[in-house]
Amino acid sequence: MIAPDWFRDDRLPHIYCTGCGNGTVINCTLAAVEEMGWKRNETVFISGIGCSSRAPGYILTDSLHTTHGRALAFATGVKMARPDLHVVVFTGDGDLAAIGGNHFIHACRRNVDMTVVCMNNHIYGMTGGQGSPTTPPGAISTTTPYGMSEPAFDLAELAVAAGANYVARWTSYHVKELTKAVAAGMQTPGLAFIEVRTQCPTNYGRHNKLRRVSEMIEHLRSHAMLVAKRDRLVAEGKPIPEGAFTVGELVRRSRPAMGVRP
Amino acid sequence: MSRTEFMQGNAACAEGALAAGCRFFGGYPITPSTEIAEAMARKLPKAGGVFISMEDELASIAAVIGAAWTGARAMTATSGPGFSLMMENIGYAVMTETPCVVVNIQRGGPSTGQPTRAAQGDMLQCRFGSHGDYSTIALTPNSVQEMFDLTAKAFDLADRYRVPTFVMSDEIVGHMRERVTIPDAVEIERPRPLAEGALPFEGGDDGTPGFAPFGSGRSIHVTGLTHDERGYPDTTDPEAHDRLVRRLVAKVESARRDIADYEVVNPDAETVFVTYGPPSRTVEQVMRDRPDDSIGHLRLRVVWPFPEFALKIFPNAKVFLMPELNMGQMVREVQRHVDQPVVSIPKIGGELHTPAELVRALEAHR
Repeated sequence: MIAPDWFRDDRLPHIYCTGCGNGTVINCTLAAVEEMGWKRNETVFISGIGCSSRAPGYILTDSLHTTHGRALAFATGVKMARPDLHVVVFTGDGDLAAIGGNHFIHACRRNVDMTVVCMNNHIYGMTGGQGSPTTPPGAISTTTPYGMSEPAFDLAELAVAAGANYVARWTSYHVKELTKAVAAGMQTPGLAFIEVRTQCPTNYGRHNKLRRVSEMIEHLRSHAMLVAKRDRLVAEGKPIPEGAFTVGELVRRSRPAMGVRP
Repeated sequence: MSRTEFMQGNAACAEGALAAGCRFFGGYPITPSTEIAEAMARKLPKAGGVFISMEDELASIAAVIGAAWTGARAMTATSGPGFSLMMENIGYAVMTETPCVVVNIQRGGPSTGQPTRAAQGDMLQCRFGSHGDYSTIALTPNSVQEMFDLTAKAFDLADRYRVPTFVMSDEIVGHMRERVTIPDAVEIERPRPLAEGALPFEGGDDGTPGFAPFGSGRSIHVTGLTHDERGYPDTTDPEAHDRLVRRLVAKVESARRDIADYEVVNPDAETVFVTYGPPSRTVEQVMRDRPDDSIGHLRLRVVWPFPEFALKIFPNAKVFLMPELNMGQMVREVQRHVDQPVVSIPKIGGELHTPAELVRALEAHR
């Protein structure tokens, strides 16, 4: 069930490109919110800059569309000043991991009680497809015309290492699993980080032989490997297929958290 | 009943904030402002507030803005380099009309410069440092008492005009110790509530919209993008941008007489010192040493919006003398409003002008 009451009707149509995965992520997040039974007047959506960060503008709650990379720092202020509000952050890979990298690790370290949903499309979408910290090695972008030469960040592993209480990764293909993960994150006190690998046919797929939306989603699906399977392969000493990334719940723990709802 | 204490300027700043009901402080340590953060760390939790040491200054002002949108009185304190780092989000606070207070205990620059020495080198940065057109409010205490008084007042101005408000102090006032009278309570003026049915970014008669903090059920979208009166992005319509930015500037600039705060001594004088912050203390000494009324003094406690009408209080003025702890930043603002000669008496390096230096300037120019 998608929560129609939560949409800001008078803001439509949205600015997302045809085939963009961000709408799926918004739907899954709102479905999780609905599952949680949260009220609109006690929920705040916060974001930085980029395609992902336009999401709060389409949701009918108080919402803060902030500066590039700083969403988590703004969200920390909101949550610490009003712990009774539910805080959900939408961010993207460039927003979170490049300019916002320092805020990301420190928000995880503080374990501030909020839910962070990262739409990771491996590219700076809004500025036209430049390489980001999660662009895979070899991938073509407008600033990596000869193929990305740098290693990519694993955002979910980074969040685990930095101290978040709940970390999961899914893709825009795994709609039900993603919704459950967001809800699980919302239920877990402390910082919940949910990375969603999502398609950007316009600025990523077009340059990387994944022009059609279905091709991109199939690529995500076929390279996603459940954590349990990865662990089994490792235990059996078998190789992990090239390009595979883990999906599922990476951590759920109860380290001390800040700004927990009273 | 008020109480009198002997304390440091930075401590008085924290006391002023607490008295004004500040309940959120986000900061990052930087000399010579750190004692403010330390005092807030000790006292805010006991006052039911939140102190948080953020990962940098960009995060500090971001957290302050976030807290301010929940309705909390929120502030941060920093010094030059940290102030520079805050500039983008200060522009965001202007654009989103977020009431918040930023204290800048100025030190020598550029760059890391002189961390333990005083300067007034950020006076233009606090007015023009962020990108785009805007206007802000800046207060300039010259004593430990004024660190208390003006910090408390900054929260009222921030709330009244929904604009980031600066306390532009410096290492001298921040670190000196003086007697302060702390009242039991200070009067507080909170933002006007957003009227039922009113749009969240519609200026109304005086240009400042009512405020509905997060959680009050109004579902307000706040964005740093050019937005319409509903708060929705509207980035390509020239008229929407023009309407918004002109209102943001006008709501502060048109209130310059209400915001103004200055002290006038000997309005009939022909030689007039114009000061703000600690150089005024040296001028006061010079005037004590020469107890005639040949020297006038205009001391500004508010420098932005600039109260140009205050210069007209000296009808016989033949020359304005302006000692500043910089190479002449505010002197330009005086020059563009008067016909008389305006003499800059700049001093950099970290020390206050001596009375002898000002007397030399006085004798050379009258």
